Order: sequence, then structure tokens, then C-alpha cells
Amino acid sequence: MTIAVSTTPGRPAASDWVRRLPEYLTIWVPLLMSAAHLIAFTLWTIWISFTPSTLVPVSGWVGLRNYSAVAASRNWQIALDNLLLFGSAFVLLSLASGLILAILLDQRIRGENLLRSIFLYPLAVSFVVTGTVWSWLLNPGLGIQKLVRDLGWISFRFDWLIDRDMAIWTIVIAAIWQSSGFAMALFLAGLRSVDADLIKAAQIDGAGPIRMYRRVILPTLWPITITVIVIQLQFAISTFDLVRALTNGGPGIATQLPALVVYDLMFQRSLLGRGAAAAVLMLLILLAVLLPYAAWRYVQRRRAIHA
Amino acid sequence: MAALSIRALSKRYANLEVLKGIDLDIESGEFTVLVGPSGCGKSTLLNIIAGLDLPSSGTVEIGGRVVNDIPPKDRDIAMVFQSYALYPSMTVRQNITFGMECRHVAKAEQEKALANVARLLQIEPLLGRKPSQLSGGQRQRVAMGRALVRDPLLFLFDEPLSNLDAKLRVEMRMEIKRLHQRIGATIVYVTHDQIEAMTMATRIAVMHRGVVQQFADPDTVYRYPANLFVARFMGSPPMNTMPARLEADASGPVVVIGAGRPDEVRLRLGQYDAAAPFVGRDVVVGIRPECIAEGSRVFSADPPVVVNAPVEMVEPTGAETIVLLRLGGEPALARITPDIRPTPGAAAPFALDTRRICLFDPETERLIA
Repeated sequence: MTIAVSTTPGRPAASDWVRRLPEYLTIWVPLLMSAAHLIAFTLWTIWISFTPSTLVPVSGWVGLRNYSAVAASRNWQIALDNLLLFGSAFVLLSLASGLILAILLDQRIRGENLLRSIFLYPLAVSFVVTGTVWSWLLNPGLGIQKLVRDLGWISFRFDWLIDRDMAIWTIVIAAIWQSSGFAMALFLAGLRSVDADLIKAAQIDGAGPIRMYRRVILPTLWPITITVIVIQLQFAISTFDLVRALTNGGPGIATQLPALVVYDLMFQRSLLGRGAAAAVLMLLILLAVLLPYAAWRYVQRRRAIHA
Repeated sequence: MAALSIRALSKRYANLEVLKGIDLDIESGEFTVLVGPSGCGKSTLLNIIAGLDLPSSGTVEIGGRVVNDIPPKDRDIAMVFQSYALYPSMTVRQNITFGMECRHVAKAEQEKALANVARLLQIEPLLGRKPSQLSGGQRQRVAMGRALVRDPLLFLFDEPLSNLDAKLRVEMRMEIKRLHQRIGATIVYVTHDQIEAMTMATRIAVMHRGVVQQFADPDTVYRYPANLFVARFMGSPPMNTMPARLEADASGPVVVIGAGRPDEVRLRLGQYDAAAPFVGRDVVVGIRPECIAEGSRVFSADPPVVVNAPVEMVEPTGAETIVLLRLGGEPALARITPDIRPTPGAAAPFALDTRRICLFDPETERLIA
């Protein structure tokens, strides 16, 4: 319709612009505003990270001193170790559980819609709620441990929440509960879009269910897998509210994560410069995940156009 | 030996009856084409033969063995799909050997079979490639290779040429036909394209609304279509079918198109004994477009039948000229030589080949003679 109007002879070009004004306003204004905020605050944070700011931002130049201080702190090192463990465990396990759920749901079972909603539902819950609920469930005096003990199994122990070495796994559990439904939904969509002829061909070739999935169906899912990995990784890197509600970084600093360190430095110790440096480091970790992904997407798209 | 026998086969989905009592016997070495418009049940029938779908009733026998309860992989069949259905993550080599891998065929044997098929289809240089790196025609070849390597009792083709462009389709059509002549395989081939059916089949099963309308060799299907559906479906342009009246005089039956009109067309029929009971009744007359030609054409009918008919439209195709004319008021298409272009709106003489006229019962729509 746009084409028909704009090619009408004798119609002034200005009216076209006026007619499309709402379009420009609704798309470009919010886009420019959010882009400006994003870029401005990112640049501001980067600038702050090179200043000796403490309680309030001050100008000045301290070079990389904030960065070296953050990098040398035990808090940050534990946060990085935790991120590595939490990130890989969470991504791998939520991928695996999402895939298994999707494969099970794909067997044309009854009540599929209901189950799909149930599995997807945690995604609609705020991380704070997830964290709080799981902090109750995992609280030894309140949740699962108490339930099992009350059932008569007195020696039962499930106190990961207050165990220095295991506490990080409680975050993994809660995060998986929250987001494996998301992985499931993407995988299920992928499984459903597999060409039916491909499955027929494999049936005639004599592939059993395991070989069918392993050799024929799952290989078609790897673009979805990469997307899921990247989305889950960027969630893992920026995890804050879940940990804050579940363990608050504790016991001690056993479940510290980079975002908590940033928060701690900026708002509790009033070390704005160091907090900004930690935030910039987080951004760099995020970019280390997102840039290769963007490059991969670009190559995929180029290939799709040329194919 | 019958390679494939289908007995009283029906398929219902809830209230929809897709196949209604199909009976087919296909001899070993035959190239059978199941042809029909979309929704006629031909693909469902093929899926049931393959075991990918189950019949509601009736039996399927492959090589003399009832296979109703036998899974697809054990039916000794191979199938080529419209979308090729090549495994995208595997190379051409793996695509072809995947079936043997599933059946635990020894590696050396796999290699031998692969080499044979690759040579036969001339796809040796492609073996290391992924399907995404192949052209449409190459993918088609690989899909056939995957079927051939199995050396099955029965090959099933599900519209394998529909995704190819027109030129490639003609090439592959010939190639499949040549392949059939070389290896003498038994083939059941589904298509909606009646030209594919006519050119490749040794026998054609024309399907419509879940029923086999006619099962015969291409010439019979073309020359003696069993009913009006087949007459109108096979051939391009299709057979002209016109309401008419059958009369008779001292020298035999005469079919009259547009009886009573000033421009009525009277066509004397030769050997049409079967038409005798219809004398004095309405019939539907069927004339193939190539049986109506320019007035100077000699069809070696004796004496030549030439009628003057008004021309409505002229379509030159290069190889011939298609003319829309009216016979006794009824529209009909004629195929005349390319260098004659009658003027639309005027009348022109047309020669008719009355030996190849078909008569149909207007009530049952069946062929009378």
C-alpha cells in the first residue's frame, strides 16, 4: 500500500513524510533514547573506572589502578571461579534437561500443552521470587531436609545452602529450574520443524529411536543449541537477583558472582571507581561470548543468502 | 510373481475416507505410476505401502509376503522423497551408507555397494560433500543413490521431480526411465503430473477421491479412458468432452453434437458395437484435441470428415497452434499445424479423426466405446 501511495503522480512528497510520522516517532524515538542511555552510561562507567571516585564521581586519572585492585581482590577471584563453575554447570545442565524434556514431550503424549505450560512457567517468575522460594526449600530447618526428617528419616542431610563448598550448586539448581523450560521450548520448536520426510527416510533406512535422534534429528538442532547456549551464558554472567535472594553471596563469600561484586563495591563499600572497573570487566566477559556469536550469525546468514 | 499386491485397502481418518477399497497387483519389473490430483490419496497409499502409515483395513503384500505388521525397515523397500530428505549433517557418502550402517552391513561390503551406485549415478566426485553443497539435480541423484544401494524388492518414489525446475525435470525424467530400463527394478512412482505418468510408466493407476479409476498401460489410459475423470485428467490439453446425442441410420451409429441447432455436427462412427444400446439416447462424446486438425489434414478416415466451425481463440505454442473452436455450440480445443493461424471470430474448416472418438454414459460417466 505504501508503494501504491508514494508512486501516485502529483502527490507531494511532504505528505508521505507526515503520514509516516507516527511510524518514525514510535520506532526511532524510543530506539534512539535507549541507545543513547546504553551508550552514554556505558561510556560513563568506563570513564569512572579510570578515576579515583569513591562515594561520589570525581574526575582524575588513576590509569588501571582500579582494575588491578579488583583483579587482585579475593572477592573477585572467587566470583570468577564461581562464574566459571556456575556458568558451565548451569548451561550444560539446563541444555541437557531442556533437551530431554523436549524429546519426551515430542513423543505425541497426552496433555502436552499442559506440561509445556508447566515447564515454561518458571520463566514467567521473577528471579527474586525463584531465589526466595528456593532459599526456603533448601533451608535445612525449613524445607526439604526438614520434610524428609519429619517423614522419619532422621539422619537425612541436605544442607547445601549453608555448606561453603556446595552452596554454589543451590544456585545452579534454582537457575536450572527457572530456565530449562525455556531451553525446552526452543528445542521442542526445533524438533517439530524437522522435515517429516527426513524421519520417514530414517525409518525406512532402519534407524532405531536412539540412532534416529543421535544421527538424524539432533544434528539439525545445533543452530538452536548455540542460540540457547549464548542466551543462557549471558544470563549466567549477569546473574544478580537470583543469588542475592537465594544466598546473598554467602555463606561468607562462597557464592560470590561478578554482579554481586560490582554491587558490593559500588553501593556498600562506596568504591565507585573499583565498582565501575568490575562492571567493565563483566562487560568484557559478556563481549567474549556475544562477539563470536554475532560473527557466527553473520557467517550463517551470508551462507544462507548464497545457498 | 507379483512384486506388490494390495487387497481391499481402505484408510479412514476420523470421518474422512481417504482410500476406499484399493486393489492393485504390480508385477515384478513394472514401473507403475500412481497419478491423480492433490488429495486423491496417492501419497497416503504410498506411505501405507512403505509402512509409514497404517491401513484401516485390507492387506499389503510385498514379494508374496503380507507386510501389514512389518515395520518399514524390514519390508525390503527403498523410498525417494519429494524433498529428497537427505540427512543434512551427513556427507553424501554417509547418506548412502546410513541404511547399511543401521543394518550392520560389513564395512567392506558397504564400500563396494557405495562404489557401484556412485558409478551408476556418476556421483563419485560428490561423495565427500554435504547436501547443502549440492544442486537440486545432484541432491535428487544422491536420494536415488540412497535407494538404489539397498537393492530392494520395491522402489517407492514420492513426487521426486516436483522440486526441480522444468528443464531439469525433463532430464531427470529420462534418467529415471533409463535407470529403470537398465536395472529392471520394480517401481511405484507417485506424481500429480500426467506427463510424467505417460512418459515413464509401464502401467498407470489413475486415482481420484480415494479410488483407482483406471489401472492400465499408458496407451490404453490415453486411448480408452475408463471414465470422464480419466479422460479429462490425462492429456494436455485434456480430452474435449461434449454432450451429444447418439443416433443411427442404415449405415451405422452417428453421434450428433448440438442436435437440432443449425450448426449441429454429425459424426459417423465406424466400429462402435458397444454403443448400440445407447442409440437414441444422450451420451458424452470425447475427442482428443489432436483428433481435430486443420481442414487439409488427412486422418485416413474414409471418407475424410471436415466441418466448418467458428474459431474463438488461437494460441500458437511454436510446435503447434491450439485453437479454441465450437462444435455444434460446444467449446472444443484443436491442435493444428503451427503455420496455420485461423482468424478468431471467423469460421474455418477442421478435419476430425472419427476413429478415435470416445463415448461416455452421461449418468455413470463410464466409457461406452
